[in-house]
Order: sequence, then structure tokens, then C-alpha cells
Amino acid sequence: MDLKTLTEAFGPSGYENEVRKLLKEAASAYCDDITIDRSGNLVCRKPGRDHAKPAVTFAAHMDEIGFIITGYTDDGLLRFRPIGGVDPRVVVSKLVLIGPDRIKGIIGAMAIHLQTAADRERVLGYDNLYIDIGASDGKEAEKLCPLGTYAVFDSEYTEFGDGFVTARALDDRVGCLNLLEILKNSDYEGDLCCVFVTQEEVGLRGSAGAAFLLQPDIAIILEGTAANDLGDTPPRYQVCVPGEGVAISFMDHASIADRDLFHQMKEVAARQGIPHQIKRAITGGNDAGSFQTAGKGARTCVLSVPCRYIHSGNNVAKLSDIKAQADLAIAFLNSL
Amino acid sequence: MLRDTLQTLLSCYGPSGSEHAVADKVRELLSGHVDSMKTDALGNLIVEKFSADDNAKTIMIAAHMDHIGLVVTNIEKDGFLRVSAIGGIGPRLVSGRKVVFADGTPGVCATQPNKKNPSAQPSLNDVFIDIGAESQEEAEKLVAIGDVAVYAPDFTQLGRHKVASPAMDDRCACALLVELLMYADNQKHNIVGVFTTQEEVGLRGATVAAFTVQPDIGLALDVTGWGDTPETDLPAVKLGAGPAVKIMDRSMIATPSVREKLFEAADMAGVAVQREVLAYGGTDGGAIQLSRGGVPTGTLSIPCRYVHSANEVIDMRDMEGALKVLLQFVDLA
Repeated sequence: MDLKTLTEAFGPSGYENEVRKLLKEAASAYCDDITIDRSGNLVCRKPGRDHAKPAVTFAAHMDEIGFIITGYTDDGLLRFRPIGGVDPRVVVSKLVLIGPDRIKGIIGAMAIHLQTAADRERVLGYDNLYIDIGASDGKEAEKLCPLGTYAVFDSEYTEFGDGFVTARALDDRVGCLNLLEILKNSDYEGDLCCVFVTQEEVGLRGSAGAAFLLQPDIAIILEGTAANDLGDTPPRYQVCVPGEGVAISFMDHASIADRDLFHQMKEVAARQGIPHQIKRAITGGNDAGSFQTAGKGARTCVLSVPCRYIHSGNNVAKLSDIKAQADLAIAFLNSL
Repeated sequence: MLRDTLQTLLSCYGPSGSEHAVADKVRELLSGHVDSMKTDALGNLIVEKFSADDNAKTIMIAAHMDHIGLVVTNIEKDGFLRVSAIGGIGPRLVSGRKVVFADGTPGVCATQPNKKNPSAQPSLNDVFIDIGAESQEEAEKLVAIGDVAVYAPDFTQLGRHKVASPAMDDRCACALLVELLMYADNQKHNIVGVFTTQEEVGLRGATVAAFTVQPDIGLALDVTGWGDTPETDLPAVKLGAGPAVKIMDRSMIATPSVREKLFEAADMAGVAVQREVLAYGGTDGGAIQLSRGGVPTGTLSIPCRYVHSANEVIDMRDMEGALKVLLQFVDLA
């Protein structure tokens, strides 16, 4: 499995089937016990021989932000809403792919020639934005894209510059890719589970069920997180920086890292010479929140790949950070 | 003595997510007084004291060990620390306060002036901690990103009955729970006292503890807001007028049967109690009530002024009353 294939798979929250199929096929080379639970999570278990060792689960989410079709205009434009947090300022004039047949559409806005001075000051919201699929009227548009059809940004996987990559859905296909790396390379003697979860972007919903089902001793979440390192941003607002390694979180809005795990991660990374940084903000939230509070509770820690322009059609990450995330996850497992 | 226990617990470092110093102190205080003590994945300390009665119910009583804090998110070139909030930290209340890190490193909080808009309320982005370091390197020897500062312990007697301290929310309840577990004797019901973690960031410790304990009845002990200072209107709760039985807050409508049992226990113990309706806030009770198939749950509150400031004020008479109510509550048929 490669990152290009994974990031080009279609998988907005609630519609992860295509991603899951790819991952299931890839995981089956390394794991015999693969199931899909009721929330659509792909659960890959490697039972351990040594039950004195803690049961460890690694989680990454399959879903991505996107859009859903909610209506039509008489002249054939699609009304839509975001799935997950998508800033309406990043959607104007972007190409989108609609539905499993990947019908092309464009999110249009009034040409600058036609705007008044007041228009130019205003941010267009989802009530004022439409997807144009070139349909001649509302009926035709509805036939091609029935209500509830999903859409994602149409963007190509591109490696560029000094080891950078841009693609859609690096959040969190990087984590998915690295779960496969863990399954492939681990010979952990305790119980190991890698779970690819659904519906993270709309409120950690898939992981709620998975966390309750699995209730591991330790849950490590592999994520893509917001980097903010460009332009005139002062260092204290940069959060994390692509190229400086995997970001270890002490806290975000959904969980506080287990203090011992947090220190253990820093130590393992330092000892093994794995590039790492501490995420310098408490923004965002992820599936660690589910694992920490499900059932009897689990000790959690989050390892993230810094992503610029996250939740847009073109995330940017550094390939070396993606590798560092896998390296640290595996080194941590080996240290237990 | 309740007051000594309170003072001991107030001296412990324990922001949300790093409560083990409080848990260790509670273990020490309760050693030899209870049937079992264990710590779970989130650091909750779960303490059991069983009843000899065959028909005993299991009552989970929760008091949270954690308190609010400031987590270091950046160390500036000149050695000052930038922070984010753990729990409900008021940016205006932080400035000028003395804080302390886990290893005892002290600091003072200051706010940079907003030159563009001098009358603007400060946000936490304008706050920094001065630990006296003269460079980033020097600061990094003392503090790392992710370390947490809390208001420095500072116990002050005010007048005859009142005491002020940071972390009164919720160490006063921890002190009550410790004393209850010490002095309950041949009580009718099994007490599972849970010293919970991470209440201030969303009732997280209580959520998993309630799942583990599976109680028949839940009770949270926490502080509540005040309405007895000049020109405040919410809520109608006074310091010194007795502990408060919660009717509702944002996290829970107290289960009527538990609420009535608290009134009954107060009546039998001869303790005056207040009725509390809080338009904001929540307690571990909210998490316990929704655990598994649901748990009948109530909350007994200690009225507290200036909650989430460095000087949270309670009245020791309310504490003494609350302990009597609790001892009666675990013994009610």
C-alpha cells in the first residue's frame, strides 16, 4: 500500500467503504484476525503470547472531511454542507469529486467583475455556495447526484520540494498507512490491535464503539495535526513544524496524555534517534478521547504528523515525519 | 480532624492529568482504615469500605482530586513561558498570581499590555509566566513544554469560620470523603469512595470509574457557586448556611430518590441544608448518572466563593455539617 493510493481513495465520514476495502486487503497480508465492527471500524488483532504485557491498540481514522449534497437550484446547481470542519474560505473555485462515480464539480462564486466593494469584503458561507456539475436543471442534477451524495476535494497526490508531499486527506491516511507498517513489522509479545476507525471528523463517533469493544491497557493514536509554521506566525503560535519529526501531544481538547506514556515516548524517541517534537498547543481533539473514557478507561498518547493547510483540499506534510511516526510507534512497542 | 485533613490535601500538587501526589496522600491518610484501595488507568483512586449487612447497596461517592492549571505551550527566547488553560482558568484572575510546577519550581504570572486596545480584556494569549530565567536555555533547564503550573498553595483563615485557598475546588470534598471513609463504622451500605481525576476537563475520571464500580447509588461531592457577596444574584446559596443538596446543574438533574435521601439524612443528623439550583457548571454526578444503564445519583455541595480563583473561600461549618450528613447518608435504610 502506498500513500498515493490511500489519499486518493474516497472516504468522507460515514462513507469509508472504499478506504476500508483497500486497507483490509493490505492488512490481510500481515494479520489473520480482521473484523469489521458495527460502527464500520476495521479491527485487526494480533493476539499475544505474553499476557503479562499490556494490551496495546493503535488507532487511526479512515474518514476525511468532505461535503454532502443537500439540495438543488432550479438551474441545476447543487446545494451542499461540509462534513467535518471545512473553512468556507478554502472551498471557493475548487474542483470536487461527487459520489462513488466521482462526478466532477466546481464550487463556484461570483466573478470579481460582478462583485460590489461590499461583496469583496464578505466571506461566502455555505448558504451562498454551490457546486456546478454542468447540469441543465435541478431535476437532472438530482438524478446525477441524489440527496445525501458525498463529495470530496479533487486533488492529486504530489511529492514536491525537499521531501514534502501534498494531497487531500493526509489527515489521517498517514496514520492508516503507519498502522499497516506496525502490523507488518511488529512482533510484540502482548496483545496488539490496529484499528482503522470511522467518523472521527464528525465527533470521534467510530472510535467510541471500537474503544468500548477493545478496552486496551494502552491506546496510541496516530494522527495528522495542524501545523502553523509559515509566514509571520510567531513561534508560539506555530503548534508544530513539518520536518522536525513526529509530534507528541501532552494534551488537546479531547484528552490529556497519560503522563508516563508521554515521557516514555520522548525517551524512546531520543534513545532511538527518531526525529520528534512536542506539539505546542492544546488545539483539536481526536480518538484518544474515546479510548481514554470508554469502559474501564485506557492510558492514551497521541503521535501526529504535522500537516499544513489541514482540512483543505491540499494538506502538506513531510515524508520524513510520516516515517518518524511509524518508527516511534514501533520503537515504543518494542520498548514495552 | 477535618481541618487538618483539608490543609494536608490542599498542599498537594494536582492539576488535571497529574493527580498522583494527591492520590498518594489520600492512600497514606486512609491506610488501615479501609478494605481496599486501587488505582485505575486514568489515575482514579478507588477505595472500598464494606458493610457487614447482606442487603447492603453499593454507594459510589466521588470527589475530584484535580484542579485547574496552566500548561506550558512555549518557552520564549527571553525565558518567559507561554501557557494554555487546563480547565476553566480566568485570564483576568491569573495575572499577578504565584504559581508552582510539579517539582516546586516557582513562577509568577503576568499579562502583557495590549497596546492597540488598552481597555480590552486580556486573553490567555496575553499571559506569561516569569520563572526568573534569563534565556530560553536557562528556562528549559527548569521547565519543559507540557509541564503544568498551578496556583501556589496558600491557606488563609478568614474571620472565625472561613478559609481561603487555591484548589478548595475540590480538595474540600476530598477531605470530606477521607474523613467519611475513616469514621464510617459498621455503616449499612458499602462505600466506594472514588478520588477522581480530570473532572475539570470533562468528568473523564468519573466516567471510567463509574463503569468499573457499577454502583447502585451515585453521589458526587463538589463545591458550588455562591450568591452572598455584593450585587451577585446567582445562585441562592450562602456560605455558613449549611451544605447544599443539588437539585440540578448543567450536567445533571439529581435523581429525586437520592436527593430526598440527602434531605432525610440531613434532617436525622440535625444539619441545616440549602437547596441548590446551579445555572452553570457540572460535577462528576453527571458522569456517574449516565454510566452503563444509568445510576440514581445526587450531589452534595459545599458553597464556595470565587470558584476557580487563587482564593476559593469556604466555611468550615458547612464542611462539618456535610460530614455529619454523609455519615448518616451511608447508614440510611
